[in-house]
Amino acid sequence: MSQTAIRVEGISKSYRIAKALVRQPYKTLQEEVVGLPRKLWERARGTVEPMETFWALDDVSFEVNEGEVVGIIGRNGAGKSTLLKILSRITEPTRGRAEIYGRVGALLEVGTGFHAELTGRENIFLSGAILGMRKTEIARQFDAIVDFAEVEQFIDTPIKRYSSGMYMRLAFAVSAHLEPEILLVDEVLAVGDAAFQKKCLGKMEDVAEQGRTVFFVSHNTQAVRQLCSRGILLERGRVVSDGPTDSVLSVYNRRVREMRIDADTGVNNPQNRRGSGAVRFTSVQVEDQGGEERYTFAMGDTVRFRLSFLAHRELRGLAVFVGIRSGISRELLTSARHVITESGIAAGSVGTVLVDLPSLNLRPGEYPLYLHVSESVESPVNYDVLDDLTPPLVMTAGTTPLTDNFDPSRPMGAYSIPSELVVECLEAPGGARSSTPLELTNR
Amino acid sequence: MTASATVSGIDQPDAARRPTVTIEPKTGWSAINLRELWTYRDLLMILAGRDVKLRYKQTGLGVTWVILQPLIAAAIFTIMFGRFAKLPSDGHPYIVFVFSGVLIWNYFSQVLQRAGNSLITDARLITKVYFPRLAIPLASTFSALIDLMVALGVLAVIMAIYGIMPTWRIFALPLFVLLAAVTATGVSLWLSALNVKYRDFVHAMPFMLQVWMFASPVAYATTIVPEKWRLLYSLNPAVAFIEGMRWSILGTSSIKPEMVLLTAVVSSLVFVMGAFFFRRVERGFADTV
Repeated sequence: MSQTAIRVEGISKSYRIAKALVRQPYKTLQEEVVGLPRKLWERARGTVEPMETFWALDDVSFEVNEGEVVGIIGRNGAGKSTLLKILSRITEPTRGRAEIYGRVGALLEVGTGFHAELTGRENIFLSGAILGMRKTEIARQFDAIVDFAEVEQFIDTPIKRYSSGMYMRLAFAVSAHLEPEILLVDEVLAVGDAAFQKKCLGKMEDVAEQGRTVFFVSHNTQAVRQLCSRGILLERGRVVSDGPTDSVLSVYNRRVREMRIDADTGVNNPQNRRGSGAVRFTSVQVEDQGGEERYTFAMGDTVRFRLSFLAHRELRGLAVFVGIRSGISRELLTSARHVITESGIAAGSVGTVLVDLPSLNLRPGEYPLYLHVSESVESPVNYDVLDDLTPPLVMTAGTTPLTDNFDPSRPMGAYSIPSELVVECLEAPGGARSSTPLELTNR
Repeated sequence: MTASATVSGIDQPDAARRPTVTIEPKTGWSAINLRELWTYRDLLMILAGRDVKLRYKQTGLGVTWVILQPLIAAAIFTIMFGRFAKLPSDGHPYIVFVFSGVLIWNYFSQVLQRAGNSLITDARLITKVYFPRLAIPLASTFSALIDLMVALGVLAVIMAIYGIMPTWRIFALPLFVLLAAVTATGVSLWLSALNVKYRDFVHAMPFMLQVWMFASPVAYATTIVPEKWRLLYSLNPAVAFIEGMRWSILGTSSIKPEMVLLTAVVSSLVFVMGAFFFRRVERGFADTV
């Protein structure tokens, strides 16, 4: 029987926020001194500024066994990062208790403690020590780190002269050579280019295969699906679902689907909803050819986007853009852009457009969507951007002839493209013809 | 708020295993975890090394600056207090007398200045990774030692010029440096922690250091303080390590054992209380910084 690696019992974390305005967490002494009489007066009269208690985590309990790879999923603000910060002891819980059995390594960002003025060599030691490695340990791993980062020639150059790619590689190399029994990972994958992200994921797979415990926090559901055997879904600081990754992810997807996009959804989240706001999407619906709302499609199905919008200002020209992102690296896999009109639009106009993607041969997986409306000109100003704010497109293995020639359980790449095999020649070294060429073509 | 009691006894298989780390809300006062700090000693040294490297790397003048700054200060004091005001210097060349005071005071004020702001400068570390937060201000205590070494070298040169030979008392020098280090660390624990909470503390610090310097025998000798006020005067912990420094280098001084003892007590108190205070506020650092 495997032993417990992490035990979390009733962990809660609250933050106090001033109701009236967002105050800085720190004060100046001057404020304190000058404000003291007023504070006392207010307290005496019972008119203290109302403080709101916000529970980032609310009675969270679970256990993780040694060797388990657990993915923590949830939307922004669900409490994922707070949980990670508590487990890595950066901040204390307000209530509850957690026990950790084994040495913990936390990767909350890439390049923790790096200083631009110092050389690569100096930074390896600095960052390594900050992440909890002993000096002798770093010295032992030094060559491996430099190798992995591919920065031999520049190891004694201040890293402010490094390219951003070199910087990332070096930073990740240090963290990758941390050898903890329990690895806590935040969305390290959110930064860097696709190649870098693949490297990160690969390294994490290695760690998992070595039988170490990995605690992976992400809203990258595809990465969670690929890496983790178990998922824990957090919503508003509570555990909503805990179990095998597939079932937890389907709960998550169902919940995401229940969310409707309207004119205000996610406006307060500049990472996901950007744009000037001159036009806002009022509703986004994904449906099949028959007009039925759907989220899951089989390979080869036609996917239709029904997009409604409202113009808040008078505009000249309007274009719509539908993009499909990779579930892992988030890069744009493909996109379609259509000019709706090039003539003027009066303020207050509403519209609905349909964008069809006929026989979409995306391979099974989850694909976040990127939608925007913009000016109709080239290099346009975006009016409204929905970046990964709608439920992702879920593709399943279909039964079309095209999909017969690959293994849906191990899809390579994002697309199925038409392909055909003709065996023109297959001979043994002696020159004798293989007796069973037909069998080969069939497999 | 207290941690809820854990249900023990149910998890028999793990009963023999003790958790490596137990995370729960801490309340009240707790002492420094010296064992933990010891396991992070490499980090402490590497952080101190970083400070030294940055100091000598970023400024083009580097070492020159470290030598020039106390020399100029000593020269000014010599002219102002030695020549114009004709203050006594216990029978030594005024420049030697003043420089020995300036260099140990400089060490003290350097530690305070660096440590005071250290938690803000390293805010990114505090919010991204766990380690004993004490390592950050403590690193300043060690990194400023390098500047002190350089300044001591300059002092040796000045003494050679004036033909002053140190006596056996020189062996007491490390003790007084230690006294200065403990005092400086104690005060900087307070300053750095307060600085996280009250950001305008930084602005008050140069002023505070200025006042403190003139309240300490840096530019003048303790002998100008009336006898009856001496003991009260030496409640200022800087008095003992400055005069102690002079005693071990120049031999004569007005320092008395009870003054050193008093300072040792005051400094230890400041240090221990500072450590407790730091521990109390450090758990909120990541949320406030």
